[in-house]
Parts: sequence; C-alpha cells; structure tokens
Amino acid sequence: MNIVIVGLNHDTATIDIREKIAFDEKKLGEALEILKNSPEVKENIILSTCNRVEIYANAGARESGAEHIKQFIADFHNVPRDILEKSLYVYTGSKALRHIFRVASSLDSMVLGEPQILGQLKDAFDFALKKKSTSVLLNKLMKKSISVAKRIRTETKIGESAVSISFAAVELAKKIFEDLSTETFMLIGAGEMAELAARHLINNGVKDVLVTNRTFERAEELAREFNGRAVEFDAWLQELVHTDIVICSTGAPNYILVKEQMHKIMKQRKNRPVFIIDISVPRNIDPSINEIDNVYLYDIDDLQGVVSTNIQERNKEAEKAERIVDEEVEAFLKWQASLAAVPTIIALRDKADAIKNEELQKTLKKLDNLGENEIKSIEALTNSLVNKLIHFPTAALKSEGEDKEIIIDIVNRIFDLNTSSSDKTGSAEKNGEKGNDKRK
Amino acid sequence: MSINTNVLFFELALSFYFIATVVGIIWLFRGKKATSKLIFVIAAIGFIFHTLNIIVRYIEGGHIPITSLHEASSFFSWCILVLFFILEARYRIDLLGAFIMPIVLILMLSSSVLPREINPSLNPVLKSYWFGIHTTLAFIGDAAFALAAGVGVMYLIQERNVKSKHPSALFQRLPSLQILDEINYRLISLGFPLLTLAIITGVIWANTAWGTYWRWDPKEVWSLITWIIYALVLHLRLSIGWRGKKAAGLSILGFILVIFTFFGVTLFLKGLHTFV
Repeated sequence: MNIVIVGLNHDTATIDIREKIAFDEKKLGEALEILKNSPEVKENIILSTCNRVEIYANAGARESGAEHIKQFIADFHNVPRDILEKSLYVYTGSKALRHIFRVASSLDSMVLGEPQILGQLKDAFDFALKKKSTSVLLNKLMKKSISVAKRIRTETKIGESAVSISFAAVELAKKIFEDLSTETFMLIGAGEMAELAARHLINNGVKDVLVTNRTFERAEELAREFNGRAVEFDAWLQELVHTDIVICSTGAPNYILVKEQMHKIMKQRKNRPVFIIDISVPRNIDPSINEIDNVYLYDIDDLQGVVSTNIQERNKEAEKAERIVDEEVEAFLKWQASLAAVPTIIALRDKADAIKNEELQKTLKKLDNLGENEIKSIEALTNSLVNKLIHFPTAALKSEGEDKEIIIDIVNRIFDLNTSSSDKTGSAEKNGEKGNDKRK
Repeated sequence: MSINTNVLFFELALSFYFIATVVGIIWLFRGKKATSKLIFVIAAIGFIFHTLNIIVRYIEGGHIPITSLHEASSFFSWCILVLFFILEARYRIDLLGAFIMPIVLILMLSSSVLPREINPSLNPVLKSYWFGIHTTLAFIGDAAFALAAGVGVMYLIQERNVKSKHPSALFQRLPSLQILDEINYRLISLGFPLLTLAIITGVIWANTAWGTYWRWDPKEVWSLITWIIYALVLHLRLSIGWRGKKAAGLSILGFILVIFTFFGVTLFLKGLHTFV
C-alpha cells in the first residue's frame, strides 16, 4: 500500500503545459480505466482543474508507480517526457498525505483559502467511485482529506473574508443589507471590474437591476445581459431615490454626485441605507458623502484596503491550518501502520489455531474412553495455552512504535508465516496468495 | 430549609449567568461558530434554576416575588432572558448572547448584594390585582428596552466597521446593519405600548389606592421621561426616518433612563414606589 501523487499546478507549470495535461470530462473515464488496468497501480483518482492536474494512486511500489504514472501522462497526452519532467512533482508516503490534505484545504491554492477546490476534489472522487477505480485506501484517504478540509474551515478563519475586490463589495453589501434579493441595484457606466462586481451581486441574490450609461445603447446592452432595465443617463439621480446599491464606473473627469444632492436624496429615501461603490478613477462621487448617516461610500482604494487586510488575515490563519494538517498526517500514518500489521495478526492466529487443532485431534485419537467433560477440559486447556502464547506477539504487533515494520518482519519469520505486508513488491504478494491457497 | 433552597437556586442561576457572560466575552475576541449554541445552553441552565428560585419565593411569600429591589432586579433579568430566548429562536443572531448576558449578569449581581429576605407582611397597597398587571407590563416592557439597547450596541459597532472602512475582527460575525436596525425597532415597538399600559394601569391603581391619579412621585416622573424618549424614537423614525445610528443611540439612552428609574430612583430619591 503506497500512496503516490504525481501532478503539476499553477506554481510548477505554465498555462500551456497545464492545458495540454488537463483531462477533460470525456477523457477522464478512459484515463481512469487505463491506469486501473495497469499492474503498477491498484487504485487511482484524477483531479483536473484549470490550476492543477493531479493523479492520486495506490501503487505497488513508490518509485516504479510514480514512473509508470509519469509515462502514462506523457503517452496519454502525447507530450514529450523532458517537457513534463520540469513541471511534474511526485509525492509519496507522509509527504503525499500532507500534500493532499493541503490541496483539499486550499492551502496549496493560488488564492489561499478559496473554496472551489474542495468541491472539485469531491467531484473527482465521486467520478472515480462511479468508475470503480478506487478501493479501501484511496476511499479512506479522500474521506479523510475532505474531513480535514472541513475541520480547517470550521477551526480557522481561512475562508472567511473576501480576497478580491468584487467579492469584498458583495461581502460589504451583505453586512449592510440582510437580504440582497429585496434590494435595488444600479450600475452607472461600464468597465470590466464594475461588470464583474455587478455579476457577483446578481449571483448573490440581487434581482432588481438598473443600468445607466452615457451611451444609451450600451446601457441597453448591459441591461439585457443582467436581466435588468436600462435608464437614461440624465435620469439616474432620480432613480437613486429608490436604489440601495450603486456601482459607479464612468469616465467622467469630475464628481457626478456631490454632498448637497445626496442630502436631498437621503431625505427623500427617509434615510434608508445606501451602499455606493465608486470604482472609477478619477473618482466620480464626492468622498465626503460618506459622512452622511446611512450612506456607505467605498472607492477602489477602500476596497483594496479591505482586501489586503483580509489577505493578511488569511496568511495568519494558514499557519493554524498547517498545524492541523500536521496533526492529521500523523493520525493517518498511525492508522496506516496499524493496518499494516493486520495480515500478520490474522496469519498468526490462523497458524496457531491450525497447529492447535491438528495436535488436539492426534491426542484425542490416542485417548479413548474420554467423557464429554474431559474432552471439554482438554479443549479449554489448549485454547488457553494458545491464546496466552500468541497474546505477546499480537500485542507487540498492535503497539505503536517506529520499529513496527521490523516487528512485523520478525514475527513473520519466527512463526514462518506466509504473509507479507503489501509494502513489498509483486513477488512477495504472490507468496501471500499462495499462503491463502494453502490455508484453504 | 426552603429559604436555603431559594438561595441555592439563586446562586446557581447567578453562577451560570456568570459563566455564560465570560464565555460570551471570550467568544467576542476569539470566536468559533460552535460557541453560539454553548452560550445559549449555559444561559438556559441558569434560567431553569432562576425560574425555580422565583417559584420557591412565590410559594414561600404567597405573592409574586417582586416586592423588594432584590426580587425586582432578579425578575427583571428573568424577563430579559425570556425575550432573549424568543429572539434567538426567531432570528438566530450570532453574538447576541455576548451583548445581552452582561446586562443580565449586572442585574443579577445588583440583586445579589441587596437584602434577600422574603417580605413577611405585604404592604396593604400591594394587595391588589393591579399590582400583578402593572408590574408585569412594566417588566416585560423594560426587558424589551434592555434587548433593544444590546442590539443597539451591536449596531453601533457594526456601523463603525462599515463606515470606517477598516472592518474589525467582529465584522464577519456581527449580523447585517439592516437586521439589527429592524430588531431594534421591533423591540421598541413592543416595549413602548407595554410601558404605556404600565403607566396607565399604574395611574388607575394609584387612584384606587391613594385616591389620586398622579402625584409627581420621582418614579412617576422618571417613567414619564423614559416614555417620552421612546415615544420620540418611534415618532422620529416613522416621520423623518431617524433610523440606524441615531435610533440605536437613542435606544441606549432610553435604557440608561430605564435603569436609573429602576435603581436610582428607588435608592436615591425616596417616594411612594420605594417598596419596590
């Protein structure tokens, strides 16, 4: 049982390599199938997103498993190995565990703490389950990764605050208004960032959308796109009376809204709160209107300030998250180690029982005229002898310690058990199979 | 024996409220989501003991246990908790407990240092069904004002967060300004008619007990001032839209008046209401 991860991400590979290596939905099933049928790989899951491609495998051996997967990637996508070699990373053992936990918890993401990766990982896992390319080890690993990610979400604030300007705007809107779907939103002007922020607001529930622009056609065009209503540019000020969220991004060289006007509007609004985001440079809205009660004005620098505070916050939280990852890696290694001893424990038990039964039969044949009670006593005696004798090696096998693998090996040799912890290569496994046959 | 029992219940309630307050304050500074339920549970356990304390005193004294400042103060915090639980069930506001439990604790601590004897002989004036109606209305109304003030403080903190453009750590966990403002308004809309009715029943009762409706007793005067403040809060909101920061500020001022009327008048300005 060896966890092997081969992959590349935004740090190690440029976009053109990531594009070439990506597994699209149609090819994903085929890829899982090919890997599943190769002798080197017992289980596999493929995660393919725009920022990373990773193959999680349970391989017979670390080196040859990783090598095989690399070759598979090269063959499957028809990319020369030497190009791949620079971008690919390989993780095995505890490093592999750490890596997958970090990926799932978004500690390895381009935007620290972004939530999508966990969903993508779950999808990759579900798909692999459907294709039956996973089994005990990877299933356990995936479930653990998901639960580690959830633990980090609840115990740290890594995903809590917005780290992009448009998300920061949505987050602020949600702290001013309880339910965005009941608020009216107006976009004044256009521009990439303004439209992105508008889209985020709409995704977060805003339904009533107004769009205005100096060129009315442009306003109509955007209104269609946002499922809203276009407003003539000289009418937007009147609309402000019943608009709650405003994004302003025009090329105007001066203020299009000053304090006097806003005072009047607030009176008409009966002081209902209004959130104005001015992302135009130079600014289009007089900054002093933020002084009016129930008016919240943010310009691009204000939003940038919020974002950088949040990024610092996330970096701090990431340190806590790394500690949780350390803990979980250790716990998983313990679980794995305890698993490694299981075949030996079973084999030891079986062997002892076999010897006991054989000797018992011999003895009982020799002794005639035994009553029920005597037979039972002899059986009880042998049972308790066997149990007491194998108790010590069993306890040693179950104990946690660094010399665990040595103990497993010694017990196997002393008792001449035909088992092997599957950490060894294929030949040892064949022995194991023979052992099974013998017992049958 | 039963005096000991009610003292025991009181101390237990006080202890749980103390723990809930401490947990709440820790929660403010380094919160995790799960604590929200924890504070609720601790307060609820305290509340059960508190209720038992009130029942034992009722049985012992044979009348509603609000005839001394110790009892009144304890009953006041009991009413605040009832409304707090209702509010939690209805709105599930994160952090509300952290702002309400300190008020409850202060009232209970004040109560604990005041003489605890159960009044053996009730002032004949209090032996009237008006007594129960008048006081219950006043207490529930005051409890609503206490919660409105707590929510008002939350509003002011959150307003600062948004307005200053440098949100503090509490920004994420405090609810939206809109919902805080709405709850503040609803609580005052609940408290105000109750206070009004309490004053009206008080006036009627005064007439049956003393033969005069209004005697400019300090408690009457201060209640009237409180009533005017809350009338103003509601009037200004509905007429010219005094909402948000101003409403929150006024609701905190109103509650300071409530507390003064409650303790200050009784302790420092003698009058007809001094038996409470």
